[in-house]
Amino acid sequence: MQATASAATPEAVRPPRHHYLNVDYGLRSWLLTTDHKRIGILYLLSITFFFAVGGIYATLIRLELLTPQGDLVSSDTYNRLFTMHGVMMIFFFLVPSIPAVLGNFLIPLMIGAKDVAFPKLNLASWYMYMIGAGLTMYSLLHGGVDTGWTFYTPFSSSYSNSFVAATALGIFVNGFSSIFTGLNFLVTIHRMRAPGMTWFRLPLFIWSHYATSLIMVLGTPVLAITLVLLFLERVFQIGFFDPALGGDPVLFQHFFWFYSHPAVYIMILPSLGVISEIVAAFARKPIFGYKFVALASMGIAILGFLVWGHHLFLSSQSAYAALVFSVLTMLIAVPSAIKVFNWMATLYRGSIEYSTPMFYALGFIGLFTIGGLTGLMLGTLGIDVHVHDTYFVVAHFHYIMVGGALMGYLGGLHYWWPKITGRLYSGFWSHLSALLVFLGFNLTFFPQFILGYLGMPRRYHVYPPEFQVLHVLSTAGASILAVGYLLPMVYFIWSLKYGDYAGRNPWGAVGLEWQATSPPALHNFEEIPVVDFEPYQYKGAPVAQRLPYRIAKYGA
Amino acid sequence: MADAHAHAPGLAHHFESYEQQKESAFLGMWIFLAQEIMFFSGLFTCYLVYRVLYPHAFLVGSRELDWRIGAANTVVLLLSSFTMVVAVLGAKQGRRKMIVLGLLGTLLFGGIFLGVKVFEYGSKWEHHLVPGPYFEWHGDPSVGREVELFFSLYFGMTGMHALHMVIGMGIMLVMLPLAWRGKWTPQNHNFVEGFGLYWHFVDIVWIFLFPFLYLIGLSGGSSH
Ligand SMILES: [Cu+2]
Repeated sequence: MQATASAATPEAVRPPRHHYLNVDYGLRSWLLTTDHKRIGILYLLSITFFFAVGGIYATLIRLELLTPQGDLVSSDTYNRLFTMHGVMMIFFFLVPSIPAVLGNFLIPLMIGAKDVAFPKLNLASWYMYMIGAGLTMYSLLHGGVDTGWTFYTPFSSSYSNSFVAATALGIFVNGFSSIFTGLNFLVTIHRMRAPGMTWFRLPLFIWSHYATSLIMVLGTPVLAITLVLLFLERVFQIGFFDPALGGDPVLFQHFFWFYSHPAVYIMILPSLGVISEIVAAFARKPIFGYKFVALASMGIAILGFLVWGHHLFLSSQSAYAALVFSVLTMLIAVPSAIKVFNWMATLYRGSIEYSTPMFYALGFIGLFTIGGLTGLMLGTLGIDVHVHDTYFVVAHFHYIMVGGALMGYLGGLHYWWPKITGRLYSGFWSHLSALLVFLGFNLTFFPQFILGYLGMPRRYHVYPPEFQVLHVLSTAGASILAVGYLLPMVYFIWSLKYGDYAGRNPWGAVGLEWQATSPPALHNFEEIPVVDFEPYQYKGAPVAQRLPYRIAKYGA
Repeated sequence: MADAHAHAPGLAHHFESYEQQKESAFLGMWIFLAQEIMFFSGLFTCYLVYRVLYPHAFLVGSRELDWRIGAANTVVLLLSSFTMVVAVLGAKQGRRKMIVLGLLGTLLFGGIFLGVKVFEYGSKWEHHLVPGPYFEWHGDPSVGREVELFFSLYFGMTGMHALHMVIGMGIMLVMLPLAWRGKWTPQNHNFVEGFGLYWHFVDIVWIFLFPFLYLIGLSGGSSH
């Protein structure tokens, strides 16, 4: 184990002379890099940009919903706003977020490898992402798409008067970035582990990425072919789902959700891995029931492929199919609940350190639980018929996607920021941002549960006046949330120049990645480590360092 | 340790041994093929659903295809798989001329296959059997629209298959000069072998397409 970094002098925690960030500074060295760490940074910058784009759409939506009349934008524009918000946030932020940024950066470090198995493919995945995003931006700048992010036919194929084809192509190309990333991770985890790193010594972050990668590799191609068929039908009028030829539009919905339900797990599974790492590190205890948590990830990945029909309860699906999908949807709550209970058991009698990543992790556990339980309500046939296509659904998936996936991403970013950059950020501002995100999030989305239950349909911008109070609360929450998201951008950039040096292991954590220098060397380790210890052995590990809490320094 | 293999030819810096590099390459290729299966499975599912819904129209549509041309093309494609095996064998034994000849043969048979396909597509165009605004059906009017659906699938499936062949042939054109210059050795020819797997996979897809599209029409009639 590493020496106690916390007690060391500033000299001792200085970053190493050579690391992956200063081997070269030229633009070429970034655009042609095959270093998994630099590719992670490329993804970090690009997904942050597209998060901001999606955020602008969210802002416009919330502003429009302040009043019951449709007075800010036309109905047609409103359709484009929520569609582009969904497309940007799901395909260009949430799906790549943790895997492409933190996964890329950390998987080789955590398993003791020099790089991922296919470094050039890794770079190609980023270019696929950028080309896909470029095509989508092209459509966005010409007015965007109005079909909803689900692209249901025949509206998308025959009637919509918006840029469906360019966007479908953009998402198709972007799919390959996902497939390449998943393929790379699977092979890396199978074949690149350091000597002694057995399957049950792997960090849970790796297990969750293994499960995620399986879904990426097996689910994304189905979305790809679906979009190809949609593209052919729209551009060349070759009917596949066209009712005029006897085609079945519901078949499109089956295809779409065969990917898009598992895609929910592409977005949430990596977060579950991040939370396991953070909870263990700041409760100073081994994860309770490690094997159960690891295998629960696999269970979620497999079951996740069998529940897509719960999106078609009201789409002329047979009642028996609906019943089966409903039961399977209930089943998938079991592995998810195993994780939550095991985190609870890990926290129980732990010596908890309320550092910023832990703030995010605890927030995650609460919000993910609410999102999961309301998911069970929606999986129940009787309730779903009542709240189908209402704000109840909107609130539910935002609890999972924003309260879950995004909180996990931010928590992970705060946890590994010192490793990525070698610097510590401000304790005060980061605690404040975590608090604002949690409060702002609940104020934004909790009223939407009530709205939905009262009957407010999604995708409408004109609504009865009695709903206004709840909509105003929601918009107020969204503005707090926005501040919570902007703050990290400021203090993270600030920390690059003014932050204290982090040293190898500021949290006193036990994973292999903390044995590397901060920032890590070009090839990660001085020599390939040999693993002779079990995961999460926090007994006797060095204490976590406190984040610098000097408001004056950061304010000045 | 790190320096021991620093100059090992053809061993990438992040691998510890040829063994690890080879295992990674093959696992990667198999996972890629799993991904391909899922991709084509969308088309096959589409086919399955509509054939169950409209069995008679699918037989009628299938009879518009010439099974003899399809059979001849199947043979051509199997020959291309054989020459691919020759190329892989050449790589394993380090015989660069054998690799080049194998690749050239594969390109030749692949080219013949695509040429025949272009001819077939052309005749479908002339007979107004290409789905879309130019589609016209002069047969039994009661199945016209479902026959168009059959041809959507015919073009979708064979088109996707042909696209995979075109991509494969593009890669072979890049491989040819490399093979000639002796890039692949008995220790390190993972790329050739992996590519062989891809080519065989594309062949196998055709082995399913041929009966599903060309042969079903040979059966007498339909009970429907
Ligand atoms: Cu779902």
